[in-house]
Amino acid sequence: MGLISNYEEVFAVILFGIGFSNLLFNRNLLKKIIGFNIMDSGVYLFLASMGYIDGRMAPIITDGITDAEAYINPVPSGLVLTGIVVSVSVTAMMLALTIRLYRRYNTLNLDEIYMFASRETKK
Amino acid sequence: MMLWWQNLPFLSIFLMILSSIVSLSLSFKAARNICVISLGTVLTMSVITFCGVYVSKESFVYKMGHFPAPWGNEIRSGLLEPFLASIFAIIMLLAVLGGMKHIRNDIESKKLNLYFLTTDLLFASILALIYTNDIFTGYVFLEICTITTCGILMIRQIGRTTLAAVRYMIISLLGSGIFLIGITLMYDISGYLLMENMREGIAKAIETDGMTLPTVMSIVLVSLGLSIKCGLFPFHFWMSDTYGYATPSSSAILSGIVSKGYIILLLKIYYRVIGIETVAQSHIQDILFVFGLAGIIVGSVNAIRENDIFRMIAFSSAAQIGYIFVGFSLGTQAGFTAAVFQILSHAVTKPLLFISASMLSDASGGSKKFSDLMGSALRSKIAGIGFTAGALSMVGIPFLSGFVTKILIGTASFESPSKMMPILVVLAISTVLNAVYYLRTVVRIYHPRDLNKKEPKYSNDGYSSSVFSAVIVCFVALNLSIGFFSDFVTDIIRTGLSMLA
Amino acid sequence: MARIRDNYERSAAYRAEKVIKGEAEPLDFLPEEDRTTEDKLTIEKTVKESESELSLSPETLTETVEFKLYSRIYKALSVVVCIIFITSLVITAIHLPSLGSDLNPANNEVPERYVEKGVEETGAINTVAGMILDYRAFDTFGESCVLFAAVICVLILLKESDLSAAEHSDRQNEPKNDGILKAAASILFPVIIIFGFYVILNGHLSAGGGFSGGAILGSGMILYLLAFGFEKAHKLFNYKTFAVTVCSAQIFYCIAKGFSFFTGANEIETHIPLGNPGDILSSGLILPLNICVGLVVAYTIYTFYVMFRRGGF
Repeated sequence: MGLISNYEEVFAVILFGIGFSNLLFNRNLLKKIIGFNIMDSGVYLFLASMGYIDGRMAPIITDGITDAEAYINPVPSGLVLTGIVVSVSVTAMMLALTIRLYRRYNTLNLDEIYMFASRETKK
Repeated sequence: MMLWWQNLPFLSIFLMILSSIVSLSLSFKAARNICVISLGTVLTMSVITFCGVYVSKESFVYKMGHFPAPWGNEIRSGLLEPFLASIFAIIMLLAVLGGMKHIRNDIESKKLNLYFLTTDLLFASILALIYTNDIFTGYVFLEICTITTCGILMIRQIGRTTLAAVRYMIISLLGSGIFLIGITLMYDISGYLLMENMREGIAKAIETDGMTLPTVMSIVLVSLGLSIKCGLFPFHFWMSDTYGYATPSSSAILSGIVSKGYIILLLKIYYRVIGIETVAQSHIQDILFVFGLAGIIVGSVNAIRENDIFRMIAFSSAAQIGYIFVGFSLGTQAGFTAAVFQILSHAVTKPLLFISASMLSDASGGSKKFSDLMGSALRSKIAGIGFTAGALSMVGIPFLSGFVTKILIGTASFESPSKMMPILVVLAISTVLNAVYYLRTVVRIYHPRDLNKKEPKYSNDGYSSSVFSAVIVCFVALNLSIGFFSDFVTDIIRTGLSMLA
Repeated sequence: MARIRDNYERSAAYRAEKVIKGEAEPLDFLPEEDRTTEDKLTIEKTVKESESELSLSPETLTETVEFKLYSRIYKALSVVVCIIFITSLVITAIHLPSLGSDLNPANNEVPERYVEKGVEETGAINTVAGMILDYRAFDTFGESCVLFAAVICVLILLKESDLSAAEHSDRQNEPKNDGILKAAASILFPVIIIFGFYVILNGHLSAGGGFSGGAILGSGMILYLLAFGFEKAHKLFNYKTFAVTVCSAQIFYCIAKGFSFFTGANEIETHIPLGNPGDILSSGLILPLNICVGLVVAYTIYTFYVMFRRGGF
């Protein structure tokens, strides 16, 4: 049964879903950013578990063994590395935006920020 | 053996990245000149590549490194890619030149070089999205595109642009998250990241028992992610703020090029990874169809209700994106041709509207409200001509590019009887709605506020400069030539699409 | 006369003139409602109510009846969407190829060549380093451009031209001249920096590389700043060193990779020695590229921190 044999991937997509809903529905900007990070972690867990093969080593050549049978798949590891850097960059940028909005409106709640901003334009 | 011109796509990507990095330590003027020069060079390179492919009639693959696919990265070019790249380079150049005065006014003087830095990087990522043959490279450059877009938005630092940038970022992050999990699923199913090999893997998977569901799900996720990012109907609400408050060049670049980059990636994925037959079997197209039609109507109605010229143009973008997805949803060669033509036509028309609207608003003391814009075309004649030409093209007056799109979508719809009626009805309704809000605006800008009173005087600094007039003339000429030589253009698109498969 | 005028004001012609003049909208008779999403609708309503009393604070906004109703609907909706989304993903995950098996489609000739020929073709013992910096280097180059773009965007957003006010508020919030922190940092800083360089230089031999090593270096720099304050840190790391380092590292990266892609595609021999696998000085371009990436990442992380804290070096 797939639910048990694929349990890591199942957990990964649950994490992804939780992060996704958090990013979409939470009104607090910081919590949105946390949601985004949870979502990306879900993807990395998915990739990492996908690259794993039972009973094999990390893909760093040891003792001159260059047999593909001895190591796990290095491609997903590389993708995770790229993904992490992308998510660090995006997180830093979202935080910078949040800092600016907080300095201007003194709140992290998006609803309140909309309200203040629309009042500001009307004046 | 490589021919010399086959190096040009790779060189153009690297030239843009290099000029962006160099701009960090340059002054505003040097950064601007480098930006303009490298955009010009990329334009020349793309035209040469286009001619090369046109003569040799064969697509080519360029290996990024010493290892052939599927081990290394690759870029690939058929007829369509250099064509799009050259059109986009022209638009980018014109948008930057046309909005130069606003760029100077809107942005802190110490950060001006950073504006050109982000624009360069943005264009590099668009080029990479156009040429890439590897889906993960596509993801990485998609993120560069998102971040730099956000950069050129929020560089004008008033509260509303920061808020608009946050909304844009949140929607984009949702989109790229879904896209990422979609391509991860595809990789898991097919075992490759290179487009050709993925296609074989997916074709194999969809025939195996039990794998059909994950394959369809991955197609749905990828389409959903990219359509969220380019602002298809339920996700279009960020557009009005984003386009309305950014500096005009940024609005022009964003509406003209950035959303098109995402759509082109989706097109490549449909053609090269999934295969249009498989797309037609999965029912994702019916969903795109419904949302595309809804987007056309809702976008137009919202545009009618707007009282601010920039926000009106922004909502009209939502409607125009709808046309593209309606073309996609037909799933036929004709439908995709119409969609690509709409990409081109929208890409040359929207920046024209944004740039000339910005000049009209300058001629009215900086206000964007229609009541203040009355008679502005009389004060700034060239901007009035530009806006009128763009508006007529959007409405679909013959000989302008917008007209051809409507014809192409209409004729394409005859091939799928079930979708024909709704498309024709929506096309008619949307033409009427477009006419209502665009022609109303045109009448307003040519209608003096009060015939008896004297026209208020506004400062005359630069809105009639020669560069600006040249930009408007080029845009109008581009629009007209795409309309006039529509047969040639559709031929290129058709050949380009068949080379893509 | 007045009567005629009255009639005129009700007529369609008058209305059309108004519309053309921009004083009225053709759809004015439609109920005023929101143009974007359901959530903005509620807010605008509450804004309209609150316009009479401009002093209304956000706290009272969140207590109005509409707002409560709306947030309840919103919460219910979010739970429903979340559950649907997760369920469909879980069903997909169940059908995927099973975990940990070597028969999965992803375990094909691609990773096989990376592992079996990697040492010979790239000179790197660490297959992942060989893969991301040689086989699939274009992705990785894009990735460092993402980082570059992000640091530029943070600069655009937060860099202040005038730091005097920032300096003042920074003094208030952050502890300064802490003896314990200083003593600990003077021991830890060199160790962290050396460890960071170790991770970077051994990127092609063991787990690690430019990105992880750069992050370690960056955190070491932040520690130095925390312990010794801006004045001292400014002597070592300032905007000028940032611009020079990031610029030159990125340019080197761009040119080196451009050279490698160009020669690769045109089948030209590069004559870059791969060295003896396992040595520090081996694996061709991977080592210098790792150093470049490490420097960029270190400065990027430090710049993020400095910008977040007070908007300037």
